[in-house]
Amino acid sequence: MSIQTPAVKTSANGRKKGLLDFGIRLSAVILAFVFTSLILLLVKADPLEAYKTLVTGAFSTTSKITSVAASWVPLVIATSGLLFTFTAGLWNIGMEGQIVLGSVFAVGAFRLLDNTAMDPTLVIIIAFIAGALGGILWALLPGLMKVYGGVNEIFGGLGLNFVAKTIAIWLIFGPWKRPGVASSSGTEWIDIKYRLVNMPGTNLSLVILIIAVIVAILTAILLKGTHFGLKLKAIGKNYKAAYLLGIPTTRYFLMAFGMCGLFAGITGAILVTSKQYSLIPDAGFGYGFLGLLVAMLVNYHPIWSSIVAIFFAALTIGNTQLQYMGLSTYFAGVLQGILVLFVVLVDGLRKRLVRRM
Amino acid sequence: MFTKRSWIFVSVLMVALLVLTACAKPTAAPTAAPVEPLTVGLLLVGPANDAGWSQAHFDSMAYVQEKLPGTELLYLENVYTGSTAHTMTPSELAADMAAKGAKVVIFNSDDQKDHAIKFAQENPDVFVIHASGDTAWKEGKNYIDLPNLKNIMGRMEYGKMIAGCAAALTSQTGKIGFLGPLINDETRRFAASSYLGAKYCWENYLGKDPAELEFKVTWIGFWFNIPGVTLDPTQVADDFFNNGYDVIISSIDTTEAVTEAKKFFAEGKQVWAVPYDYSGACEGADDVCLGVEYFNWGPSYVEAIKSAMDGTWVSSFELVGPDWADINNRDTSMIGFNKGGALSAENAAFVDQFIAELGAGLNLWTGPINLQDGTPYLADGEVGTDLQVWYLPQLLEGMEGKSE
Repeated sequence: MSIQTPAVKTSANGRKKGLLDFGIRLSAVILAFVFTSLILLLVKADPLEAYKTLVTGAFSTTSKITSVAASWVPLVIATSGLLFTFTAGLWNIGMEGQIVLGSVFAVGAFRLLDNTAMDPTLVIIIAFIAGALGGILWALLPGLMKVYGGVNEIFGGLGLNFVAKTIAIWLIFGPWKRPGVASSSGTEWIDIKYRLVNMPGTNLSLVILIIAVIVAILTAILLKGTHFGLKLKAIGKNYKAAYLLGIPTTRYFLMAFGMCGLFAGITGAILVTSKQYSLIPDAGFGYGFLGLLVAMLVNYHPIWSSIVAIFFAALTIGNTQLQYMGLSTYFAGVLQGILVLFVVLVDGLRKRLVRRM
Repeated sequence: MFTKRSWIFVSVLMVALLVLTACAKPTAAPTAAPVEPLTVGLLLVGPANDAGWSQAHFDSMAYVQEKLPGTELLYLENVYTGSTAHTMTPSELAADMAAKGAKVVIFNSDDQKDHAIKFAQENPDVFVIHASGDTAWKEGKNYIDLPNLKNIMGRMEYGKMIAGCAAALTSQTGKIGFLGPLINDETRRFAASSYLGAKYCWENYLGKDPAELEFKVTWIGFWFNIPGVTLDPTQVADDFFNNGYDVIISSIDTTEAVTEAKKFFAEGKQVWAVPYDYSGACEGADDVCLGVEYFNWGPSYVEAIKSAMDGTWVSSFELVGPDWADINNRDTSMIGFNKGGALSAENAAFVDQFIAELGAGLNLWTGPINLQDGTPYLADGEVGTDLQVWYLPQLLEGMEGKSE
């Protein structure tokens, strides 16, 4: 009993601390809503009506709910990838470009294997593998640049995002353009036999939903339940100390980038096979950037990120309905940005306060 | 084979049939009660107030509501591939409109073509109009049998010829810049038509040598500016003006050419612009605007929506020309030209003469016409068919700029 007492006490303390954390985060969310409401009032819109429109726009019908799910899939996979780099203390801003490269490689595989006798399902699987390779390749670049070139991964990633988009645009206007056409509309659609089929009456393919759930669970297990996750966390907390304690930090940095790239590539392949059916200039659809916001909002917690991603995905679908009430769809983006801003801000204030005390 | 008696028999039968159907009508009338107004969904590629392509569509809906009272309108803006305004694709947005009650959905852009087809295939009970497409054209290259899909487009070749004419008449340097969107059948055809109009007026009204007319096309890569993806049309317009091109014919959805012309004019430069698409595009630009060739979608949309209401809808490819009696008649003319304040009285008279000649049957798509690389396209005296004009494979000889 006497041995157990401190443990019990710690867990009670932990619960208290968790509750405090939750309360602080909740207050940040409330503040964010108050702030966005003020913006809405400024543009003479009814905030309650706007929020209601967002919610009903996302959840009122089966097709909308499945649209939300279809938007949740790439978001949760991208966020999962980012959790690996964030846990290792890395800011993988290059996520968006890694998704683009995943799309490029996936479309490339389809173009290469189109008109062959190969079974369509096999071609789709190959395209996913190709996409994954593209993502990994594009993620390892900033990793290698950081490890061996001393280039901060934020700058490396930013640059590579730009390069990825340029590659996509070059392909769309150059080697992969539609015959007689030069348009940023994108490449020719992949054949119908390569497109993932939606469940009847919905906007969602079951395959991608399963992939997303597996990725989310796998991420939670790897980060919270394995030595690999623990070591990544140690590096993230203090990589010099981790190095001194015998963790091969270089390898783990690259592994974190690799995992992130893998998921980015899969995201790209999913967007090609289930949504866009072609390569477009902004092939990442902003899911890489949105994933950064989700991860930051939940303080890099795997399970919470899956849940919060639902809310963010709902905003991406509900926002369209704002146009029907004469508001800009970009308002949803404003709300997402302000949310994260307030959570990070309040968190910073809290830390400062704790230090003072 | 037919004897006189059998002719009489058939005639009597026909008359009887006619009488019977005529009698049948009044009894059928009560069931065919006043046709219910419809909800129309409109997917705009750009903003509803772009003073260009999308606004021309948006404003036509007011005309529809005026002619077909009770018509409800649902519309969304910025619906294009990769638009950051919507996460749902154009076909999903159309499906959402259908779920909200839209019976007719209008896809207003070439960019939405694949999604218009996908949506029409997946929603056979919704009437789909795809503006500018060729899917429903039986003789066309991309025909797909879809009973619920209709294509509507104006014969803007004529509008572009008039624009080219006004540009050539006004230019002091003999250098005309064509601010092109992306490259496809439609835009090649319109750039070439502008050139034909310019060449004709340059040669016949001004008596100048066509070899001295420079006509350069610069494509930006999409229907409007997408930062980081397309060329910036503002930059392209500036480059034209800075390099001696004193008139820009715009063929993009938005108004950068006029805006830049105003800027250069304010700096004391002699430049002009011809905007596109929207009847009011010259407003506020009297100093530089030569006129605008525009689309008047209203009457065609009224016809199509009416046919959806009364059950007479058929899939069709409609290529609608100007009403030569009065090309600016809002009830009858799909293609119009509003002269701008910067068009001199003398040149305005030439433009009127040109329009009259076109109306009287002048066809500039008559050979000899060579493609840009010198390949003969239309032999001497050969008149281009709709197919030849629509699917023009290259720009024309004498034009500078990319063909694909």
